Amino acid sequence: MSSDQPFITDDSAVLTETRDARMGAERGDRFNSRLREAFGSSPFILTKFDKFMNWCRGSSMFMLQFGIACCSIEMMHTYAVKHDLDRFGSGVPRASPRQADVMIVPGTIVSKFAPRMKRVYDQMPEPKFVVGMGSCTISGGPFQEGYNVVKGAEEVIPVDIHVPGCPPRPEALVYGVAKLQERIANGEASPVTVKPYELEQFSDLERDELVDHLTDEIDEDDLVMRYNFADSP
Amino acid sequence: MSLEKPEADEAVVPADDAEDIAALLGENVIGREEHVNAPGFVVRPDAVQDTLSTLKDEAGYDHLSVVTAQEYENRYESIYHLKKYDDPTQEVSVVVPADKENPVSESGAGVFTTADWHEREAYDLVGIDYEGHPDLKRILLPETWQGHPLSMDYDQDQPQVVSLSEHANPLQDDYKDAESDTMFVNIGPHHPATHGVLHLKTTLDGEQVADVESDIGYLHRSEEQMAQNGTYRYQIMPYPDRWDYISAGLLNEYAYARAAEDLADIDVPEYAQVIRTMGAEMCRIAAHMLALATFALDVNGDFTATFMYAINDREQVQNLLEDLTGQRMMFNYFRLGGVVWDLPEPREEFFSKTRDFLDQLPESVEEYHDLLTSNEIFQMRTVDTGILPPEVAKDYGATGPVARGSGVDYDLRRDDPYGYYDELDWDVVTEDGCDNYARLLVRMREVEESAKIIEQCIDLLEDWPDEERTIQANVPRTLRPDDDTEIYRAVEAAKGELGIYMRADGTDKPARFKIRSPCFSNLQTLPEMAQGEYIPDMIAALGSLDIVLGEVDR
Ligand code: SF4
Repeated sequence: MSSDQPFITDDSAVLTETRDARMGAERGDRFNSRLREAFGSSPFILTKFDKFMNWCRGSSMFMLQFGIACCSIEMMHTYAVKHDLDRFGSGVPRASPRQADVMIVPGTIVSKFAPRMKRVYDQMPEPKFVVGMGSCTISGGPFQEGYNVVKGAEEVIPVDIHVPGCPPRPEALVYGVAKLQERIANGEASPVTVKPYELEQFSDLERDELVDHLTDEIDEDDLVMRYNFADSP
Repeated sequence: MSLEKPEADEAVVPADDAEDIAALLGENVIGREEHVNAPGFVVRPDAVQDTLSTLKDEAGYDHLSVVTAQEYENRYESIYHLKKYDDPTQEVSVVVPADKENPVSESGAGVFTTADWHEREAYDLVGIDYEGHPDLKRILLPETWQGHPLSMDYDQDQPQVVSLSEHANPLQDDYKDAESDTMFVNIGPHHPATHGVLHLKTTLDGEQVADVESDIGYLHRSEEQMAQNGTYRYQIMPYPDRWDYISAGLLNEYAYARAAEDLADIDVPEYAQVIRTMGAEMCRIAAHMLALATFALDVNGDFTATFMYAINDREQVQNLLEDLTGQRMMFNYFRLGGVVWDLPEPREEFFSKTRDFLDQLPESVEEYHDLLTSNEIFQMRTVDTGILPPEVAKDYGATGPVARGSGVDYDLRRDDPYGYYDELDWDVVTEDGCDNYARLLVRMREVEESAKIIEQCIDLLEDWPDEERTIQANVPRTLRPDDDTEIYRAVEAAKGELGIYMRADGTDKPARFKIRSPCFSNLQTLPEMAQGEYIPDMIAALGSLDIVLGEVDR
């Protein structure tokens, strides 16, 4: 601002001038947003608080920096130049689950990793959302027949959006994220998983041959996850 | 002319050589076998150490590529695939049978340190007990797993219980030793610096690393089982793309294609060889770019700039690869006997796009040198940290840029040529620094060599006469290699020697399919580089190893 401009003390004048500059004939393109259109010439909006919160939530999502398998490479590309997920208000991956509210699950989940993933999910503050990326998180994908593979992320945590593909192209992931934003803005909740594998204390497991066999190896109050592979879809 | 077939014959050690070895091993040998790549010596299960050290010290077989374990109807068997770093075409397999009821054989970990992990894997998946092994426990599957999944009587549907207790709380009292001030810290499996789902159990003494143990298997997707369930001709090829998934798909496909073609005696048309070579080198550029990008993230303060530049370059290679194969990452482009389709039409456009990319490459490499290698902070972090002396690298079976950064002049593209590599003019890059810096330099210079190779391939393809553009040999729809033929074949993938062992049993699926992953062996060297160093140097060392967990765990 040049120094010869008079210092304005009347703040209603400032407001008016600023608004005129934004709404007036010479307003720049950068103010030409849909939001501004919605506001019209009045600086007030009337909305329900819930709706406003949902809108904020969807427009500023903090993703969890979470790489598992091949899909995470495409996920990195989605965050980086060219596809630039940041354009959708969701481009800053957080390394800690405690700071994140969206988790993209990019890859195959195997028996050893599922308890850890569950733990990471549990550490995220509510409300939290999950995007399943790739066929592996839908059904186990190409590795569905594997002896060590959990048949989809929904066996462990609830998933809001499934993005199919092996791997999905970055465009597909962007679409998935946009869809999630839509759902959040509409206040839709994530579906409940039908038959999730839970983390539970070892002593709470139903006793059977396997559990008896393991009593020497695992402590009573250790957390465990029990896989009934025979019942998997 | 085909390059594949003659090699298969040359690779076998001439008969008198095999006789020499037999004489050297004396009465340890109880039988002989003939594998497609090498002579096999069946030795007594209690003479493994002796045999391996004789071969290592007196015959110069200083590279234990991999240990393959498998179960037969009447016995278990471990195969030690040995090579020479100086001349990898000289190979020998040491076959160790073990009793069906009580499979025990002597451990080779005392002779080759790399056998430590390989034998643990064999114990984990197949169930052979290695006597005298320093610490025989499961490596890929959780400790509480029941059964050995690649053994014959394994029931895949049985329930399993996996515990989370391994993740001890670092602040718990028993992990803090009151007198010596050491502390236990978990790094991973969900951690930005571990490049995926790796778990490092680190013991710290102040800020220095007293001990580090890698806990792997968080991405063990049963790749070997998947390949054993697939038919040679079509069903296996999609899987290699997913081993080293840093867009290095074609390099991995090359490993399978080479092994299967040698096993089934298939010749590949020269034109297809050139396309394969070109595609594979594009993948190498993409893979090294990502290695550079993530290494910069790990080490350098300026967070995303280098990363973004490198990803930008990767996008361009991926565009070319997409034009060629139709996919960005999971190409599934090779077929046994060639490639699935010809270059995209219009060819001129593809050539000019590729040339454009190659033309701007030196400039961007220069930019990386400005940003990284000549950056003082970067040099402080990487020069003389993460030292891996060449003898240690060999002992651990390190290959690829990790070995070449330690001055080990070993590159299968030159030493055991396949594809079109020996017709082209390029150099193997080595650096003598043995540190994190040297490993990065190797990768950056290899990108330039790859560009040279691609350029020559483009020139060749452009002038290739129309009527000689055969992209696939005539291969039967169903392949049934002869019963009981065994082969181990490797190629130089982005991370090093990627090898495949296959045993045919007369059906259209392999009876045993074993993947020798370079990252698995490279990762094993981490304690050597990290012990006694500061924590950030360990992170830098891990970054410079450029592991990809899909390939470590398979
Ligand atoms: S869906 Fe495909 S690309 Fe994604 S993690 Fe699974 S195998 Fe890899």
